Amino acid sequence: MTRRSVMLFGLLFALFVFVGIATGVQYTTLLLVQSFAYALIALGLNIQWGYGGLFNFSIMGMLMLGGAAVTFTSSPVNPGFWASEGPMLLGRAVLGLAVGLALVWGVGRIAVKGRLKAVLVVASWAAGYFIYRTQIDPAAAYIETTSGWVGGLGLNPVFGWILGGILAAGLALLMGKICLGLRTDYLAIATIGISEIIRALLKNMDWLTRGTKTVSPIPWPTPLPQDLQAAGMAVNDSFLYARLGFLAIAALILVVALFLVQRAYNGPWGRMMRAIRDNFISAGSMGKNVTQRQLELFVLGSVLMGIGGAMLVSFQQIYDPGAYQPINHTFLVWVMVIVGGAGNNFGAIFGGFLIYVAWMTSDQVAQAVLSTVSHWSTDLGWGAIPEIESRASQMRVFVLGIVITVAIRYFPRGLLPEVRRQ
Amino acid sequence: MMNELIFFFNNVVVASIALGSIYAVAGVGVTLIFGILRFAHFAHGDMMTMGAFLAFVLAGLFATLGWSVPGLPTGFIVMPIAMVLTAIIAFGLDKAFYAPLRKRKASSVTLLIASIGVTLIVQGLIRLIFGSGAASFFETETKQLIRIPVPLEGVTRTINFTQPQLLMVLMTIVAVTVLHLFLTRSRLGKAMRAMADNADLAQVSGINTKLVVRVTWIIAGALAAMAGTMLALDVQLKPDLAFNIVLPIFAAAIVGGLGQPYGAIAAGYLIGFAESAAIFNWSVLLRPLQGILPFEVPVSITFVPTEYKLTVAFVILVVVLLWRPTGIFKGASS
Repeated sequence: MTRRSVMLFGLLFALFVFVGIATGVQYTTLLLVQSFAYALIALGLNIQWGYGGLFNFSIMGMLMLGGAAVTFTSSPVNPGFWASEGPMLLGRAVLGLAVGLALVWGVGRIAVKGRLKAVLVVASWAAGYFIYRTQIDPAAAYIETTSGWVGGLGLNPVFGWILGGILAAGLALLMGKICLGLRTDYLAIATIGISEIIRALLKNMDWLTRGTKTVSPIPWPTPLPQDLQAAGMAVNDSFLYARLGFLAIAALILVVALFLVQRAYNGPWGRMMRAIRDNFISAGSMGKNVTQRQLELFVLGSVLMGIGGAMLVSFQQIYDPGAYQPINHTFLVWVMVIVGGAGNNFGAIFGGFLIYVAWMTSDQVAQAVLSTVSHWSTDLGWGAIPEIESRASQMRVFVLGIVITVAIRYFPRGLLPEVRRQ
Repeated sequence: MMNELIFFFNNVVVASIALGSIYAVAGVGVTLIFGILRFAHFAHGDMMTMGAFLAFVLAGLFATLGWSVPGLPTGFIVMPIAMVLTAIIAFGLDKAFYAPLRKRKASSVTLLIASIGVTLIVQGLIRLIFGSGAASFFETETKQLIRIPVPLEGVTRTINFTQPQLLMVLMTIVAVTVLHLFLTRSRLGKAMRAMADNADLAQVSGINTKLVVRVTWIIAGALAAMAGTMLALDVQLKPDLAFNIVLPIFAAAIVGGLGQPYGAIAAGYLIGFAESAAIFNWSVLLRPLQGILPFEVPVSITFVPTEYKLTVAFVILVVVLLWRPTGIFKGASS
């Protein structure tokens, strides 16, 4: 680490201490746990964008998938569902999906060319979709009316985090296979589109995720405040120690991820990745498999995003697919990486912490500013500013916009720029 | 059968023409900016919302002053003023945020990220000033419903649409005609097309590229305000009014081929139709044919459930990007 990064991390520590004094230790532990999760997500984006120059605007989709994974794994088992016809109907839906996909795969391999082939491919997709719909629609309606939703598996949330990473990896593999050949700005738009499709699915598949009805409470891997209280701890202390327990796991995951990523980055693999990013044509002519390597980066980064998304959901104990927004979950992470410094892992993590604290505290600052202005305008006889609270909570979007435009214009390489060794 | 066809017309054709007009007008702006400046202007949706909010403020001002035209919604009367204001703001946004980056020869990706920053700034400001609730242009006026009876025997349904929808279609026709004449007849319009084809060649041929960039922002801003106001007249005014449909608008621009205004118009209507047709219950049309059909018509046949209406546009977007990234009408590439 350079002197600059030691200094900036020192300032960041001071900022957290200041926030701790101003808002209380309890709120700061909450902020810290979520910052660690976001730092992990920012590290994931740094792998994709900083190492590989790959545009990924589907962070929201990855986080949602991670959240769905931990919800499914760690929620209590729903005995009503397993006792009903539901599993059988779902099995038929899966079979229907398999038949549909087999049809599409089979038609894709028929040795016809030209217009007839195009017609056949489109028809096979339509038929496959039709077969799947005839099975899933009654299954979904049946589960939603009889047992509500499929429930969970009742496992430890850590398994859910792992599953979140795996699901995000699967999605990234699929997306990478079909989209990575696109030009950057098209790739950006395509990934936003895919992330919106995932949001629509998870929000409306009530049988699987309970949709906007939300799932809660989702268990923690560490003891909850209520558990500590049951063991005889005071209420205030219980929140602090429970969150510190969660924080320890979050910090451990981030440190391990950072260590592995940092080693890979400084090794031959990282050098190859930077070579591909800076000039993929020359890297390709040196015999590097550019597409395959880019796919690796895309998957690796998405794994961290999936785990981070799962951690956030377990910490908040509620999975609400309706609460995910591109601004809060995709663009926020982009601002973290750009402000922190793309291509520098410490920069991405620094940006994750800094931007998250700014994002979470800016409405309180805005509220203070607005009430001061309001007092002042009342004294002048212009009247008070109406609805200060709801306005102030919107301030963060504006602040985020200012931060990203200023950063991209004046510090395009971030606060902790990539270190280029010759 | 006629009753069912009219039901289809009201639910699919009217809805898709209304939605398609919005996509078309907004998509032209996106496609022009891409053609001239070579970047995906993500903040276009928020320029639309801003135009709609300006129109809302102006309509309130007109109402307090007691100015109105009988029979027409005030929001529609003030639209030209909102268009002028938004064009000026669009020009200012370019000066403040995009022009410095272009001067630095920043990549199109940097400009795209900057436009996301502008999205956040504009949306944050709108929420800060107007709050996050919904508002309507028709709090004091009534939205007129137009019913046209069909002079046929046994027909009980009427063809229904609202006055804002009618105005929307008329205004789209006017805007497209004016734009067409501008692009094909005027010197500046021809310069714009030349620059979209080949910016370097246009510059060495003595075309004033700075002027073309300025005019592009003015046209795009004015069209955005028009689309935003018309959308707000049709539905409700919310801070995320157009942010939510910015992807379908991009879909229209990409499907039409980026840089191709006519393609964007055609694709706008195409996507509007696909969205409305995908959620329509086709059983309604099949039920009268029950006698001649070999199977029983189910209660409901939809391509996708209603909740997935916008998803249709995303799927079209992704499929077109993968299958023919230059769009069906062969677009520009940067």
